[in-house]
Amino acid sequence: MKKAFPIFALLTLVLLSYALYEALVAAPTEQTMGDVQRIFYYHVPSAWTAFLLFLVNFVASVVYLVNRSDKADMVALVTAEVGVVFCTVVLVTGPIWARPVWGIWWTWDLRLTLTLVLWLIYVSYLMLRRFSSGSQTPVMAAVLAVFGALDVPLVYFSIWYFRTQHPSPVIGRGGSLDPRMARVLLINWAAFLCFAVLICWSRYRLERLKREVEETQALEALLEPRGVR
Amino acid sequence: MSSLSNISTATLTKDLRLEWRSKDAINSMLFFALLVVVIFSFSFNPTAEESRQIAGGLVWVAFLFAAVVALNQTWARELRNQVLDAYRVSPAPANALFLAKAVGNFVFVSVLEALMTPLFIVFYTLRALGPAWQLIPLAMLGTWAVVVNGTFFAAMSIRTRSREIMLPLLLFPISIPALLSMVEGTSAILTGEASAKFWIVLLAVYDLVFTSVSLLLFETVLNAE
Repeated sequence: MKKAFPIFALLTLVLLSYALYEALVAAPTEQTMGDVQRIFYYHVPSAWTAFLLFLVNFVASVVYLVNRSDKADMVALVTAEVGVVFCTVVLVTGPIWARPVWGIWWTWDLRLTLTLVLWLIYVSYLMLRRFSSGSQTPVMAAVLAVFGALDVPLVYFSIWYFRTQHPSPVIGRGGSLDPRMARVLLINWAAFLCFAVLICWSRYRLERLKREVEETQALEALLEPRGVR
Repeated sequence: MSSLSNISTATLTKDLRLEWRSKDAINSMLFFALLVVVIFSFSFNPTAEESRQIAGGLVWVAFLFAAVVALNQTWARELRNQVLDAYRVSPAPANALFLAKAVGNFVFVSVLEALMTPLFIVFYTLRALGPAWQLIPLAMLGTWAVVVNGTFFAAMSIRTRSREIMLPLLLFPISIPALLSMVEGTSAILTGEASAKFWIVLLAVYDLVFTSVSLLLFETVLNAE
């Protein structure tokens, strides 16, 4: 396991550089939007990665509520943190693309609003984890994750009825996306996924060490004879 | 089942009596909502036509903020003298306590809404152009939506540091679809331009989902150590 981490890190690095080359050089330039469209290779993979991480967070939270495993809680914590980072990337790259193409930075459309609400829910999740103390944190965080996940379809329907201005999805609907672009997109997604797994992995190890240290310190404090400190 | 309803009724009666004698929650909520109404009125100074467009948003934002005042006090009373700990070790079902607290908050916020609505009508010269009776199911479902989640999250935020500020941070993101439904539904009824049916149905679904999950998970939260 210890050896696997640097190897995986190296592989991720290679894949990321290859994906960068593909996205910036090899992919064909979009006809109407020009080079600005290349941000698509970062925006969309980040979004998919963030949603996937939030899904893992939900599953891990349910697992934690069922069997109270410490590992599930750590997975939930790590995926929420990294998911918020990727979601932030989505929310930042979106307006950068939208300004030259749509002429506006932001619009309250279905997918934008849904992403923003997801981001808000998970930031509140992280704040709850930060502000609560002790062993009740994992339980409350897992409960909030369940609430958040149940909220997503309701947010979806409410905003769907509210308004929709986003360009309809180009992926999976008739496939008007150039196959070369689709290939670059998938390469980038693979790279981003590896990158996300890498950060989660390293954060997971850090969290495990942190908890081991805390446990050891608590144990030492118990074993120490009274009145020494 | 009988023990559930007995305990719920007992807790609810106790809370209502306490509130009737002290009037802590209702007074602070009322004054807070009044301040919001006045400040909004100053800052926007709308005409009758404009206020019909924005009133839905103003009313519900004022009620949401005011409700947080009451929700924050839900469990604070039970922390003194370790009442909550006593409840935890007793064989009484946790959901009975939760239901009593949620219904109690529903009563408080409903009273607030009943008292504040005339004031809104006066200050903003409101008159519904659509079917006004639909405001009643909309308000009831919307209030329950805020109150059921608010009661649940108040039980969580009471365990955190900086508990007063934690409740809105947890409640508002989850409440976005409910708030959107209340605001859009109210605007639709006031302007008479669209039907509010979709929003009422959505609120009903929201209530159903979150009441079930709250009842399912409240015991877990109450007993979290």
